[in-house]
Amino acid sequence: MPDSVYLLKMLNLVSPAVWETIYMVFASGVLAYIIGMPLGIYLVVSSKGHILPSPMVEKTLGTVINILRSAPFIVLMVALIPFTRAVVGTSIGTTAAIVPLVISTAPFVARIVETSLKEVPSGVIEAAQSMGASPWQIITKVLLPESKSSLILGAAITAINVVGYTAMAGAVGGGGLGDLAIQYGYNRFRTDVMIITVAVLVIIVQLIQTLGMRLAVRYSYGRKI
Amino acid sequence: MIEINNLGKVYSGGRSYTRALGGVDLSIPKGSVYGIIGLSGAGKSTLVRCLNLLERPSEGQILINGQDLTVLSGEELRKARRRIGMIFQHFNLLSSRTVAENIAFPLEIDGMKKAEINKIVDELLPLVGLSDKKDSYPSELSGGQKQRVGIARALALKPDVLLCDEATSALDPQTTLSILNLLKDINRELGLTIVIITHEMKVIKEICTHVAVLHDAKCVENATVEEVFTSPKSDIAREFVSSVFPAELPEDLLRELSSHKDSELVRINFLGDTASKPIINGLITECGVQINILYGSVEHLRSSLFGNLILEIRGTDEQRGLAHEYLKSNSLVFSYLNRGGADA
Ligand SMILES: Nc1ncnc2c1ncn2[C@@H]1O[C@H](COP(=O)(O)OP(=O)(O)OP(=O)(O)O)[C@@H](O)[C@H]1O
Ligand SMILES: [Mg+2]
Repeated sequence: MPDSVYLLKMLNLVSPAVWETIYMVFASGVLAYIIGMPLGIYLVVSSKGHILPSPMVEKTLGTVINILRSAPFIVLMVALIPFTRAVVGTSIGTTAAIVPLVISTAPFVARIVETSLKEVPSGVIEAAQSMGASPWQIITKVLLPESKSSLILGAAITAINVVGYTAMAGAVGGGGLGDLAIQYGYNRFRTDVMIITVAVLVIIVQLIQTLGMRLAVRYSYGRKI
Repeated sequence: MIEINNLGKVYSGGRSYTRALGGVDLSIPKGSVYGIIGLSGAGKSTLVRCLNLLERPSEGQILINGQDLTVLSGEELRKARRRIGMIFQHFNLLSSRTVAENIAFPLEIDGMKKAEINKIVDELLPLVGLSDKKDSYPSELSGGQKQRVGIARALALKPDVLLCDEATSALDPQTTLSILNLLKDINRELGLTIVIITHEMKVIKEICTHVAVLHDAKCVENATVEEVFTSPKSDIAREFVSSVFPAELPEDLLRELSSHKDSELVRINFLGDTASKPIINGLITECGVQINILYGSVEHLRSSLFGNLILEIRGTDEQRGLAHEYLKSNSLVFSYLNRGGADA
């Protein structure tokens, strides 16, 4: 049986890493949505036959997003080191990890948001147009509220993705649970730390998924999701 | 009050080119219930969507109360659209809003104050018979109830015109009837002009005052419902009329009866007053002919009676001549079925 001293030590080791991970996921998730959400909305409304059709913009934006999404996170992170240093002053640590996390997550968010908004039936948008709604009113009063539950599920998927990325960021000194797993579990053969890290990651992912699902059901107003 | 002048619409994209409307002229009087009927692909939806510029016409003008909509854009167009309500085949309600919130939607769009919105919504709910469903979500409503919400929503801004694109096509016959009755009441009580797109003649028969028949992107016939039902001019209109008033005799029966040399087959349409006159009695007593009733039906057209008779008239040439004069003098709409070209 592990004694209480061992447990305390383990707690001291793991809990800061958990908080670092949560901090990274939360901060980069929020920033990625601030950048990615407007892009996703713009991708939808600028598409053919939508409320602000603009094929040129849609195509250009789409291409940029595809290029960013095709770079693997680990490569992007290394490539962005000079940029990260310029923005936050260092390229090591949790805050520094947020820069590449945001840059690789924002295009993902744009696509996820795009997919959700495209689920809003064109008839509903047309009805709003027939009532004299402006494009801005259609975005804020039709597209976003109507796709709320789908947007929430998308946010859960995004957050889970970011959890995975933070673990990778940990591998190159980003802090968090990934860092812990590499330093103790891999470099010092501490299998127990490795197992706990994995278990905590599983729990975090489960929590995000469950919360996302609950909220999505709440905001589905009786529709199937 | 709605003038459609030389309206044309071409859909062209890539290699495809569809002429959905080719020079349609219509004049829709204020307060009328104007039906537009046609087969699938005739251009009905395109026409009605051009009326509020959901579809931009390729050519022509649309004047509503003298204002040409086709020259408008941006905020001016949005303002004009608020004077035109629209309901849809698939209702198109906002699923994240309750019934009351859906009805409030156009009022919010218009920038109205909350208190005022609530007042209007509370007036509209009983009008469409949904007071008890105020806080339900669309997913909890039946099709008919959803369309009632759609109607209330379309009426919220007190429009001059209500456009209906196949508004009852997704509903069962009984619900269709109740929605049509609601529209009829609204037309009468609010004096609202209603434009109804449909492919079902029974919808036209139920509530329309006027009807236009669209065929292959053209308007082939337009007149009052009475005129079109009693004397349709185009083949397609005749087909539509016979879809609700099937008054065709079987071919072989017609052949057999036609071989009688001293008899004629005549089809008589009655409308309103004439439906209550004792025509057959008059023919027998005043003209001395013998009458054989082959087909008869009395239906209602909107709220007047509409009768359809096919008679065999037997008698001498002279007697049959008298019968012809008799029908004419009673201003009946009639036509001979076996008298090579001769008719009223
Ligand atoms: N957005 C569009 N792009 C290209 N062609 C279109 C478009 N909308 C309609 N059309 C074409 O225009 C013609 C008229 O279509 P419309 O929808 O007006 O017919 P409709 O009379 O409403 O038919 P239905 O009874 O089936 O609804 C059809 O040939 C159709 O294929
Ligand atoms: Mg149609």
